Amino acid sequence: MEKKKTVVEDSDRGIYDIKNKDNFSYKSQKGLTREIILDISKRKNEPEWMRDLRLKSLEVYNKTELPTWGPSLAELDMDNIVTYVKPKTDMKGDWDQVPDDIKDTFEKLGIPKAERESLAGVGAQYDSEVVYHSIKEELVKQGVVYTDMETAINEYEDIVKQYFMKLVPPEDHKFVALHGAVWSGGSFVYVPEGVDVEIPLQSYFRLNSPGAGQFEHTLIIVEKGAKLHFIEGCSAPKYNVTNLHAGCVELFVKEGATLRYSTIENWSKNMLNLNTKRALVEKNGSIEWISGSFGSKISMLYPMSILKGEGSKAEFTGITFAGKGQHLDTGTKVVHAAPYTSSTVHTKSISKSGGTAVYRGAVKVMPNAHHTKSSISCESLMLDDISRSDTIPVLDIQNDEVDIGHEAKIGRISDESIFYLMTRGISEEEAKAMIVRGFAEPIAKELPLEYAVEMNNLIRLELEGSIG
Amino acid sequence: MLGIKKGLGESAMMKKLLEIKDIYAEAEGNEILKGLSLTVNKGEVHVIMGPNGAGKSTLVNVVMGHPKYKVTGGDIYFEGEKITDLKTDERARKGLFLSFQSPEEVPGITVEGLLRSARSAATGKPLKLMAFRKELKEKLELLQFDESYATRYLNVGFSGGEKKKNEIIQMMMLNPKLAILDETDSGLDVDAVKIVSSGVNKFKNPENAVLIITHNTKILEDLKPDFVHIVLDGKIVKTGDASLVEEVNKYGFAEFKDIAINS
Repeated sequence: MEKKKTVVEDSDRGIYDIKNKDNFSYKSQKGLTREIILDISKRKNEPEWMRDLRLKSLEVYNKTELPTWGPSLAELDMDNIVTYVKPKTDMKGDWDQVPDDIKDTFEKLGIPKAERESLAGVGAQYDSEVVYHSIKEELVKQGVVYTDMETAINEYEDIVKQYFMKLVPPEDHKFVALHGAVWSGGSFVYVPEGVDVEIPLQSYFRLNSPGAGQFEHTLIIVEKGAKLHFIEGCSAPKYNVTNLHAGCVELFVKEGATLRYSTIENWSKNMLNLNTKRALVEKNGSIEWISGSFGSKISMLYPMSILKGEGSKAEFTGITFAGKGQHLDTGTKVVHAAPYTSSTVHTKSISKSGGTAVYRGAVKVMPNAHHTKSSISCESLMLDDISRSDTIPVLDIQNDEVDIGHEAKIGRISDESIFYLMTRGISEEEAKAMIVRGFAEPIAKELPLEYAVEMNNLIRLELEGSIG
Repeated sequence: MLGIKKGLGESAMMKKLLEIKDIYAEAEGNEILKGLSLTVNKGEVHVIMGPNGAGKSTLVNVVMGHPKYKVTGGDIYFEGEKITDLKTDERARKGLFLSFQSPEEVPGITVEGLLRSARSAATGKPLKLMAFRKELKEKLELLQFDESYATRYLNVGFSGGEKKKNEIIQMMMLNPKLAILDETDSGLDVDAVKIVSSGVNKFKNPENAVLIITHNTKILEDLKPDFVHIVLDGKIVKTGDASLVEEVNKYGFAEFKDIAINS
């Protein structure tokens, strides 16, 4: 009997692929010019400092080269990207006031249902602007702020100005500069000292407009001793033109505070996902990243934790699934900048049908960071002979009193395991799906339930197809 | 057995579970089975013995349809239906089961998860979860397994003995018509062999059958075989009753080699 291979076409992604008519109240010209940026800033009625930040970012963008490593971004033509698409609505606090087509999309994505059942607050962005926001009254009473970035600039200008793009400055790389120039929407969360937000907040970003970019900015400040679980979801339907996502996430975790940041990115396969996420963690604080990268044609995503305070901790748990035509270059970076800091990195990647999944990570221990502990484990599963998987870890250790462990495993799906499950009456297709789900299970159980279900659905969608 | 078979009439045909007719099979280009025939009827316990490399494991894999083995001649029937070309899962759903010699470790799939998937695959119906859990708990107790094993990943971190017992639990939960036990007793201590054989004895009934592949004979003290077959060089060279086991114990397989050469 010849060895069988699963052949998967670009599968129907069900609800994620539902396209709405490209309704908008305003849309920028294609491309990136000073005029477009001034126009966006004016429409948002922004303070001068923000407009200047945008213009400065544009300058940086123009003089910064594309990265010389990682996947090729040659196909990105900024002249063909629409950077700002304002939906036909303002931000609402009641789903019934959100236009039907947009509301239906979020209904199908399960957002209002999750809001009723398991969330303390929800933000929903559609193209460039947030169309819905809510937060539980109890949290407001405790001084928790959860709103869109635009409102935050109006109502909490001092705080925003103090933090906005201070952790991730426009000079960092070309796509952060781009983000600084054209950012729109996103979330602002402020958790006051000592407040434990027991139920998660969730923002969902949906990009509907073909050929558009989404550049949401997320700024979260968790004050001393406070706790928060923030969930972020992203998706887009598939188009034949390139869409671009270059969001930016800045997380400030203060002394003794804990922040868990969970994401499932499920972009369509015409998306370039060049996202930048960073956390600054102070004394005894803790950042936990849960990161699932599924869609997109190209992803470059390396959430970074800067352990600035003594005894601070970072945990990164990530899963990446690269199918046909996808090149997902993901990982994480940890900077140990203080003594007694610790980090744990646990990633899994799956590649199939010619997809490429690369783990690219770095752990840096600064000269003063004695008694640092770091443990890194990366596992890859290749489902066939034409897929690729690579692990590119960088360790830069500048202190001797450290305890660092690194482990990488690259493997293939075992024919014997498939046979074993088939002897129990399970079909070959289901056996493979079970093994892949099993591989992903340690990550899935870290995810909020509905995202674990979504991840399993995504794996099923990716594995569906004719066998032969 | 050969003598008995000749006299079988119409009603006995209904009893026929597995029928291997003059099978030839190869793995990676080497011919291993060379015209092996075997019939297993409902209610019977068969034992296959033979030295290493005789073709015992190949036989098991060929019956289950392992893709690595290629059938080059002959056919396999199950309840009168030809299954030579069926996929492994289709054979399993018809009522064949294999307890592996070295069960696979599959991370991320729990014992319970596997059994639930297998049960729904077999019945094509949604599972009645409460009843299923109760049944699984009973089987775990019977095999002296802690309940927590149900939620552990399949064979991951299991001892050799636990892996084998886990196979028997699966057999009992899936309740096949024909259970093939490939070296289930190897690597087990005396107590574990007793637990496993009591599980197999509980499973056995007049409507099903057991085919035991074994090197040694510990397991046969509790499981009384109806037929014992000696396999040498890809063929059954002798079939007898339980007394054949003692003969092997005394003299080894050497004396059967002459039969193989002369046949």
